[in-house]
Amino acid sequence: MTRDYEPVLLANLGVPDSHRLDVYRSRGGYQAIEKALRQHTPEEVVELVVQSKLRGRGGAGFPCGMKWKFLPKDRTVTYLCVNADESEPGTFNNRILMENDPHQVLEGIMIAAYATRAQTAYIYIRYEYVRAHRILQQAIQEAYDAGLLGRNILGTEFSLDIYLHRGAGAYICGEETGLIESLEGKRGWPRTKPPYPAVEGVFRKPTVVNNVETLCCVKHILDRGVDWFLSIGVPADPNNPRDLGSYGPKLYCVSGHVNRPGCYELPLGVPCRELIEDYAGGVRNGKGVKAVIPGGLSMGFLRADELDTPLDFSSLQKVGCLGLGTAAVVVFDEDTSIVDILHRSCRFFAHESCGQCTPCREGTAWMYRILNRIRNGEAEPSDLEILLEIADSIGIIPGTTICGLADGAAWPVKTAVRKFREEFEEYIRTRKGVTVG
Amino acid sequence: MSEQTSTGRYLTEAMRQKLNELAPRYPTKQALTLPALHLVQDRYRCIPPEAIVEIAEFLELAPAQVLDTMTFYGSFFRTPDAPLGQFRIWVCRSLPCSLCGGEELLHKVCHRFGVEPGGTSQDGKVTVEPAECLGACELAPCVWVNGEVVKVTTDADLDQLYERLQAGAIGESAQ
Repeated sequence: MTRDYEPVLLANLGVPDSHRLDVYRSRGGYQAIEKALRQHTPEEVVELVVQSKLRGRGGAGFPCGMKWKFLPKDRTVTYLCVNADESEPGTFNNRILMENDPHQVLEGIMIAAYATRAQTAYIYIRYEYVRAHRILQQAIQEAYDAGLLGRNILGTEFSLDIYLHRGAGAYICGEETGLIESLEGKRGWPRTKPPYPAVEGVFRKPTVVNNVETLCCVKHILDRGVDWFLSIGVPADPNNPRDLGSYGPKLYCVSGHVNRPGCYELPLGVPCRELIEDYAGGVRNGKGVKAVIPGGLSMGFLRADELDTPLDFSSLQKVGCLGLGTAAVVVFDEDTSIVDILHRSCRFFAHESCGQCTPCREGTAWMYRILNRIRNGEAEPSDLEILLEIADSIGIIPGTTICGLADGAAWPVKTAVRKFREEFEEYIRTRKGVTVG
Repeated sequence: MSEQTSTGRYLTEAMRQKLNELAPRYPTKQALTLPALHLVQDRYRCIPPEAIVEIAEFLELAPAQVLDTMTFYGSFFRTPDAPLGQFRIWVCRSLPCSLCGGEELLHKVCHRFGVEPGGTSQDGKVTVEPAECLGACELAPCVWVNGEVVKVTTDADLDQLYERLQAGAIGESAQ
């Protein structure tokens, strides 16, 4: 089925000068915002996005339309923050969109701003994305010069300013309230919720934070209609009222031990195996798969016998993962040491914990220390129990932290130790007294 | 580095003017903290302690507020006696890169430029640091040099990186 899929989000990739306004317009660009402005009220646009059942592409999968509807009706000022602080290990789809098709991103922002009545949009872009920053800056200037931004856009009452705001190297600023604090000029410490950003966000005003890819989806929902969007992906399970479904296209980033690492656009729900074998060219050197991270490091691991799992919003929980996350797929071949992988995972989260909540600050550091002990041949088999106890105790899900960073640190630990227990035990047994670097 | 400007200030007139241009974008002055720190670091290759005080004065904040923000973020370099080299190299050691040789690459790059991880070459040209995921995993293993991402797999790639850097022909501009 996915064989016949025609890319939409990446349709302009590879087109010469795809970043330029005239090229974007010649390929049907800015017709969606025109349609929104001329044919729909802001409330109707919100309703279309609600009906499309679009879920946020940044990691949490929260319904986009519902997020917009949470804005108080009597608000006078609304801010739109575009989350381009893409930092989840293995994830680079926002960068691909911004570098290759910046006007698609801007058009999505414009439609979202119209729908939410925001007159100011900040694109919070991670510090490392210098090229994407430059290309977006040029695209924004082109849009202003063409009357697509600023006052009375396309001769209507709609006005919007878009500003780029550079981050400064902190993973936690991808969390929406960490991003808001950072935009305000403070350390990126996530806020306790409620109040949610929709009620009290940046500069204490009603705020919507949306991911770059989510906003690109909005553009195509306006262009092609709700039914088109609902025709792609995995429908909600009619027997499960809590299943919100997995509709629309998704950008899957594949990296690690594969022949063709890259960003692939496919309908939500593509089986992990199909993505790796048919699109990413299979595992390098004809080797087998040891494990896969299916949705960015925070989501945990799949084992080789779980590769038929569809990559959608509900299937990954069934095999013990945290969720779809950013849909960044990292593949490890059969020769990879799961202990080494988990060691790097723990190092990352211990480094990126913002230090605000004690369970996360201490827990991520303890887990990293235990992994160091294991690698140094100083661990006991009982250390695995301590590791799991910490992992089960830190995060939003056990209710001990403000944001989900600790859950993201815990899930690789839980899934690695529980799914590869024998390898850990064997490693501890045979490594005893042997030191590695 | 304690290179001061002719006015005896770190926050130059040009920087103040730039910040004044950006100010209407935000309802608070504090929101200019990161832009101000970026301007200072781009110029001095570090954040001199005196600049913290000047930024605080300019933005009507307490120096502790600016310091608090500055120390939270990994991109700001805090040792004025040993500022960043002209070229900052980040070697990605996140999982996708380390699977493709990222850890070894850090040592190779350090060796090629004659520095320790986190160190700066004696001529002040290059600083090499380990980095977390750079968001360029399709290019693994990769390095970031003044904003440009380069895939470095072979010794020839590393030689080319070295040559380009010596010639000053590497890096991206944000504007």
